[in-house]
Amino acid sequence: MPSLKLKHLVAVRWFHWINFPLLFLMIWSGVLIYWAYPIYSIGPFHFFPAWFYSALHIDHRLAEGMALHFFFMWLFVANGILYVAYTIISGEWRMLVPRSLAAFRDAWYVALHDLHLRRDAPPQGKYNAAQQVSYTAIVLMGAASVLSGLAIYKPAQLGWLAALFGGYRGARLAHFVLTVGYVLFFVVHVAQVALAGWNNFRGMVIGYEIEDHPALAAETRVSQ
Amino acid sequence: MTERHREIIVPERDLKSELRRRTRRDFLIAGVAAAGGIGAYEWVRHSKREDDVPWPQRRVLDFNRKLSEAYLSDSHLMPSYSRDRVEHLKPNGDIGLDPGVDLRNWRVQVSADDGPLVNVPVADLQSLPRVEMITRFCCIEGWSAVAYWGGPRFSEFTRRYFPRGRKLPSYVYMATVGEDYYVGLDMKSAMHPQTLLAYEQNGEPLKPEHGAPLRLAIPVKYGIKNIKRIGIVKYTDEKPGDYWAEEGYDWFAGL
Repeated sequence: MPSLKLKHLVAVRWFHWINFPLLFLMIWSGVLIYWAYPIYSIGPFHFFPAWFYSALHIDHRLAEGMALHFFFMWLFVANGILYVAYTIISGEWRMLVPRSLAAFRDAWYVALHDLHLRRDAPPQGKYNAAQQVSYTAIVLMGAASVLSGLAIYKPAQLGWLAALFGGYRGARLAHFVLTVGYVLFFVVHVAQVALAGWNNFRGMVIGYEIEDHPALAAETRVSQ
Repeated sequence: MTERHREIIVPERDLKSELRRRTRRDFLIAGVAAAGGIGAYEWVRHSKREDDVPWPQRRVLDFNRKLSEAYLSDSHLMPSYSRDRVEHLKPNGDIGLDPGVDLRNWRVQVSADDGPLVNVPVADLQSLPRVEMITRFCCIEGWSAVAYWGGPRFSEFTRRYFPRGRKLPSYVYMATVGEDYYVGLDMKSAMHPQTLLAYEQNGEPLKPEHGAPLRLAIPVKYGIKNIKRIGIVKYTDEKPGDYWAEEGYDWFAGL
């Protein structure tokens, strides 16, 4: 007998969907700031090509970018802290955080499985090992972004923090690389969600997923 | 919450309608929340502008400033470097650096809210204790360079030229002679031990493009506050105007 199973707690759903536009605004305003001194490249690829700035009208908006960045940083950080605190208090962290070294091996197997290079996926709880690793990594990346951001923002008052990132320039590079990391995360995340289908996506909005689970259904008959 | 409560079990024929009900309700809530979020964003962005920044954002910049100013301390220093780490400093701005002025007999007009205090010949500053400082100069654009400055601390200058026993005002205003370029500084940053009135760079007299004969070297602020060719210094209790703050930048611009 199919049932509706609660997958995502209501608070987690709110944190997730509030984070999405906030992170977008932080990245967008970050690019407005980055435009004024765009020095990074990987091989021949330059961050960013001229067409990118002109297509999105990014040029000469440094002041606007800073005013946005230092406004939305508060909401972004508050949402992130509340999310982490909530996962700890609710115990949800147990499902989100890799609990053993084997999880990292399993995460690799999940990735191979998803790429059709391995037949079986390792057994999993609510989240598979690859999700655990990436959802934990993204939170740690968030913390590193806040710290490297603070190091660039106040390199005199927080000189020790800048030193931690190898100085002012190191902190700026770290802040940028982390942002590229979010974009890569986003691409993979959205692709995975698209592949997982509507039931999974809807679950992130309404919290519940349809689940066929006859044994459990028989023993816990809670109707609503 | 126990696992038990995490499952909704309804007869199979009702499952679809239960799912549809929840989907409709929660997507409606999501839509309203998204519209609210976009509405709030648009409201912020289209609010009345204060110095080219929508006022809610300007308020937050001011709040950030209060936090930064409270944390600012004379013991929080920008790291210092050795001489072999000095880098080329790009002369980025030339506002107020009109040629054809007499740099040799330069005087700085020092005043307070109640009127002029003194006109200081720049040569007199040689008699104040000279400090050499090699620190990172951070441009608001994002680049930085290790710069080597020489000159007296602004705090020494103030001790010498601001009347003894009078309460020091909250701000300092500095400008080029024609006030083409001007900066506002909080007193705490101005009196910071790394704030110099520099007349030397790299052990030589300042070059015209770097602000000869006297400029501000204030590594606890972005480059925009490191005003070149200072002609006016005013101690004031009124928050001074600032060239770039009026163009939409943060007034404090502190590091």
